[in-house]
Amino acid sequence: MRRVAVLGAGLTRFMRRSLETGRELCWEAASAALQEADLTLADIDCVVLGTAPDAFDGVHMKGEYLLDGAGGKGKPYVRVYVGGGTGVFVVPAGWWHIASGAFNTCLIVAEEKMSSTQPHPQGAFNAIYDQFTERPLGVNLLWIFSLEMHRYMQTYGIPLETIAKVAVKNKKNAKDHPASQVAGDFTVDEIVNSEVMAYPVMRLMVSPVTDGAAAMVLASEEFARKKGGKHVWVEGVGWNLDTSYWTNRDLAYPQYVEKAARMAYKMAGITDPRKEIHVVEPYDPFAYKELHHLEGLQLADRGQAPRLLEEGFWDRDTTTGIPSSPSGGLLGVGNPIAAAGLMKAIEIYCQLSGKAGKRQIRRNAQRGLAQAWGDLMQVGTVMIMGVER
Amino acid sequence: MAERTAIVGAGYTPLRALSPQASFRELVFEAAVRAYQDAGITPADIDSVVALGEDYREGTCISDEYVPDQLGAVQKPVHTVTGDGVQGLGMAWMLLQSGVADIVVLEGHSKASNMRHPAHVEAMALDPVFVRPHAWNPLFVAGLEMQRFLHETGITSRQAAQVAVKNKGNALRNPIAAYPGHITVEQVLTSQPLADPLTELAVAPPADGAFVFVVANAAGCKRCRGQPVYIEGIAWNSDTSNLATRDWTRATYIEKAAARAYEMAALQNPVADLSFVEADDAYTYKELQHLEALQLVPKGRTGQWLHDGHFDLGGKLPINPSGGALGCGNLHDASALRAILEAVWQLRGQAGARQIPNARRGLVCSWRGIPTATGGVAILSGR
Repeated sequence: MRRVAVLGAGLTRFMRRSLETGRELCWEAASAALQEADLTLADIDCVVLGTAPDAFDGVHMKGEYLLDGAGGKGKPYVRVYVGGGTGVFVVPAGWWHIASGAFNTCLIVAEEKMSSTQPHPQGAFNAIYDQFTERPLGVNLLWIFSLEMHRYMQTYGIPLETIAKVAVKNKKNAKDHPASQVAGDFTVDEIVNSEVMAYPVMRLMVSPVTDGAAAMVLASEEFARKKGGKHVWVEGVGWNLDTSYWTNRDLAYPQYVEKAARMAYKMAGITDPRKEIHVVEPYDPFAYKELHHLEGLQLADRGQAPRLLEEGFWDRDTTTGIPSSPSGGLLGVGNPIAAAGLMKAIEIYCQLSGKAGKRQIRRNAQRGLAQAWGDLMQVGTVMIMGVER
Repeated sequence: MAERTAIVGAGYTPLRALSPQASFRELVFEAAVRAYQDAGITPADIDSVVALGEDYREGTCISDEYVPDQLGAVQKPVHTVTGDGVQGLGMAWMLLQSGVADIVVLEGHSKASNMRHPAHVEAMALDPVFVRPHAWNPLFVAGLEMQRFLHETGITSRQAAQVAVKNKGNALRNPIAAYPGHITVEQVLTSQPLADPLTELAVAPPADGAFVFVVANAAGCKRCRGQPVYIEGIAWNSDTSNLATRDWTRATYIEKAAARAYEMAALQNPVADLSFVEADDAYTYKELQHLEALQLVPKGRTGQWLHDGHFDLGGKLPINPSGGALGCGNLHDASALRAILEAVWQLRGQAGARQIPNARRGLVCSWRGIPTATGGVAILSGR
């Protein structure tokens, strides 16, 4: 397999009710990425798009609709899809376009425009459930997360206040992110006393409804070397999909995240992730999910991520721990589903290339990991990047 | 130089207008069992899965959730592509070339009969601001394109109708086809007008069915028993689905994909090198438009070749020996998998009554349907 380098990245503002169409959001992110890579669309061999449910934009074959904005016209273009895991997954998909030897450059774009769903995207989420056994219950995503969060808290005896600290940390980190939608200084009290959505999920423990897009330019080693300079490299990718029958498994631990992570670690030659991963962007659409995923990623023992949180192990300015969600994550920057995942991958790229500005972590980072998750609490997607060695 | 990759297992369900006896998951299970038996593998041998799906057609938001169980692929690297069978095969090919997997399963299905009002679904693919508010039946896109195609090439409606006669006739020899039949050009031309010049019999009617393939690289092939059909060339390309800015005169997506696939397969003289072509024929004119884009027929001679029977079974260059979408049914993105299945059967010598003698190499050309301008080309070889 050929090595794959990152040449540039771009992001739109994350916001509710953006005036731009989905196509325009894609164009804004894609052109920013091309500009940073110092390339034009003519240099791009192929385009990979990631976007989650068509129901959000309200467009059938949404990938075809977004094609012009993403730069796909006249090129090999494909849309990949693993629900909420899509945003990070576009990195593996772009990776194999190049690692296979099929292409030398690939523009990867992720978009979501959720605010077009009226009155609220949670309505569309009802249609993710089984038509016969679950949909008639009128359930949405908050309901399934309250079940999983309950199970996680109950299994390991985790207090609500500890989980709330994920929201405090991420919303604070996001104050330094230029794209952020819901950044701010909050207290644990404010988080736990915010409106109950589906107990124990509170409003401020939930990522918002967001519109936005993100993009990245990937290239083969040969192309990157010709371009010159030091690059960040994609060192490992992994993905894993569990059964659709989510009611049949223990929700306390995400096995599919573990399997996705192990696939990526193996490819990157990582045997001790707690020492070899220096910065991490785990998927945090809900506060508890960040902790849940850190355990699945093998960066903490089962049930121990909350204790490490209390100790400041995941803080951005830690020198002994592993900074987690230094971007501010979905809880702080916002959650345009697929774009949020790629935003996380871009944060790893920024941290490793020293472009994170005020968000730059204090410890020296050689290697970082971004992870996303989705479907019926079912899919894990992982990508690992490393600096020039 | 790319490593040799091959399709080593093929599974299917018969294609039918209705399939009330089975859910789509049960259809896929049936196809998967056939494919794994054909390849001589068990689900434990699968390294990765590529599935095809579009939410609106499935009637499920995030429809990729429902992929793994019926394939025996729970807790494996599984992903979905909202693309056609050639794009899916392209993803499998790249996974194998990159070495991240040695055996990949490719799945696609159609449960079109679940769509009570397919036109309403297709209309949701039109631009929501500029086009959809007109509330036209989306078939108008194909009608407009056919008008332009006939104008550009001088091919007549009568000649285009011959495609339906040929394909439905071929389908009579295909046991899995949903819409075989003896029809005449007159019947096609006088069937109900839909979007002029398209008539009812010039449009492939929807069908249900499922396909599963096992694809492997050299290391994977050693673990399989199925007779290999090699992927010599594979490419896909898109023009925009935006009606205002696309190229209406030709299928540029196939021109570009074909150029890449021919180069990859190192074909010097495609007509002589190909034993047959399975080209998307969701509408009669599409088969001819795609043939022009494939540049297999001397420019301006497509209509004449059709009239002279060169595209018939037994002709110089048989097109859609399976019966195509007009004869087998329109399976949307899975139509290309139906075409790939035919190529596998022809190249293995398993095509029964419609076997092309000494079929050595075949070409599959796909299209994602209105309003898209996305498609692909795969060149497959029996040795």
